[in-house]
Amino acid sequence: MVTNWLAARHALRSLGSKLDRPEREGHVTDPAIAICAHDLTTGYRQGSHVRVVHRGLELVLPRGKLTALLGPNGAGKSTLMRTLSGLQPALSGTVWVDGVPLRALSPQAIARRIAVVLTDRVDVGYMTAYALAALGRHPYTRWDGRLTPEDEQIVQEAMYAAGCAGLAARMVAELSDGERQRVMIARALAQQTPIIFLDEPTAFLDLPRRVEIMYLLRNLAHQTGRALLLSTHDLELALRFADLLWLMGGDGTFVTGTPTELLQRGELLRVFSAEGQEVRHYLQDLHQRWQATDLLRTPQ
Amino acid sequence: MNAPLSSAQAGWAHALASPFPPLRIRRSVLLALIAFTGTAFMLSLAIGAVSIPLEEVVRVLLGGQASNDTWQTIILIFRLPKAITALLAGAALSAAGLQMQTLFRNPLADPFVLGISSGASLGVALVVLGGAAVSASVFGRTAFLGELGLVSAASLGAAAVFVLVLAIARRVQNIVTLLVLGLMVGYLTSAVVSVLIYFSLPEQVSAYINWTFGSFGGVTWQQMRTFAPALLVGLVTALVTVKPLNALLLGENYARSVGVNVRAARWWVTASASLMAGAVTAFCGPIGFIGIAVPHLCRALFVTSDHRVLMPASLLLGGGLALIFDLISQMPGTRAALPLNVVTSAVGAPIVLWIVMRRQSFGRI
Repeated sequence: MVTNWLAARHALRSLGSKLDRPEREGHVTDPAIAICAHDLTTGYRQGSHVRVVHRGLELVLPRGKLTALLGPNGAGKSTLMRTLSGLQPALSGTVWVDGVPLRALSPQAIARRIAVVLTDRVDVGYMTAYALAALGRHPYTRWDGRLTPEDEQIVQEAMYAAGCAGLAARMVAELSDGERQRVMIARALAQQTPIIFLDEPTAFLDLPRRVEIMYLLRNLAHQTGRALLLSTHDLELALRFADLLWLMGGDGTFVTGTPTELLQRGELLRVFSAEGQEVRHYLQDLHQRWQATDLLRTPQ
Repeated sequence: MNAPLSSAQAGWAHALASPFPPLRIRRSVLLALIAFTGTAFMLSLAIGAVSIPLEEVVRVLLGGQASNDTWQTIILIFRLPKAITALLAGAALSAAGLQMQTLFRNPLADPFVLGISSGASLGVALVVLGGAAVSASVFGRTAFLGELGLVSAASLGAAAVFVLVLAIARRVQNIVTLLVLGLMVGYLTSAVVSVLIYFSLPEQVSAYINWTFGSFGGVTWQQMRTFAPALLVGLVTALVTVKPLNALLLGENYARSVGVNVRAARWWVTASASLMAGAVTAFCGPIGFIGIAVPHLCRALFVTSDHRVLMPASLLLGGGLALIFDLISQMPGTRAALPLNVVTSAVGAPIVLWIVMRRQSFGRI
């Protein structure tokens, strides 16, 4: 559905039609859509120097689904996530969050709509996992950061939901990478936002932990109706678990669709077409096997 | 996945076995800290070259008349302003140290990392050492060199760096730039001070060195009218910034993602820390170690990085410790007195050393 819309949008745009405006507005207010962006250009501006990472992005992030952002290193995945979450300004174009333009929202208002789990190392000396998760209540607490019993209840439920309530009394510095990632997810849940972005949440984790986290994220998206967007390098896990893929090529291309669609159309291969021959051969081999097997049968 | 237990389901038995540790500072701990600081305050009024019975101290504090006129004078004119100065300065330095350690995510940061005390010492050095070079008269210098002259010289020096730091803090992308600025100001001023010392008379050098020893005794009631409000403004700002400081524990990106205006928070934290460090240095000299050691002591004592606990705890412990350091430097029962910085360093250095050794096995700030 999303791809159809994008295709239609593209056709209209190439015709230079002004009809695209009402069409887009329709998406902006569609309650099933958490974020949409139109003609979005991401990149960095430092003084007069402008470095464009992506130009003219059209995208839609639906609620209740796990969306995975895939692409080679340096393709601009983190830049896109930072732009969509308001951590850095877009060079041009518009992002709507819940039908409201992102740039019209105050930092506090954004914090009540979008929570993030970043790759930044969390390096706090003397803090329990519970206190760390409780920092997610920041956008709701009064000036001195005091937590009400309701706040504490929300944090505790978030920790149960993320499967880390048992770690509550442990010091963050003593947690393993996988445990810390769960606590950071609990922190994002405690922020009670309809949208959560996760930047490479499975990096540094072993396979069992990666699978656990992907199950957790997919269940959270489906059961709580949140829109979850994660970036990852783990193609196979993304294909198996994500409801939608955003594929970012190293050459600035951007395609979206369900894993099945993209796999059948060979888009996954195209994303890495700029890579060297060894990489392409390896991926072609992998791709053929994935297409041949029942890879995309939803894991139970 | 574990289903969240509703409190009705779990009942009181669950509450007892709750895996969630308390998040707030315990009231008993807070009361103990207040008692510690209060005791230190009373002791510093009672003990000194002359010992005064505690009940007399209490009577004078409550507005009564001491049984001995000299005691009355000693308490009201000498010890009370000094004790208040020590209390405020200790609290301010600890708060500023805590702010800087979190802002720079560096356990070795202290209130002076931004170069505030370097600015003050340059001001004092210019007056004490450079002043004579101009007038070429030892008498002229000493006349000019009243307590007030020292205070204004230090204030001007500190204020100059303060303004510079704030102007830059508003602009910089990367907070480390500020740290480098502080370091460079430090090197520059120490170079100028060295040159001045090199060309100065021994008496001038000793007057300068005397200032660097630090003292809580120089603040008169008159000066208190500037000193106390400046520090109180800084302390209140420090207490108000605990929420953004907590968010900054996770780094600037996370802080931004929970709605903190990082640039504004950084500016307010820098402003209050610089104000406190500047005022203390101007009126008491460069007092070392309290600012770096007390926040670490509080982290170790309360096993938390939460500023809602650390900030009030640092204020109380910092104020109390400053009073005790001052008491020790008086060496009660003797005629002699140790320089204040000797005492703070002798006690502070082992603490910092202990933290550095400990850090290998544990986290940071």
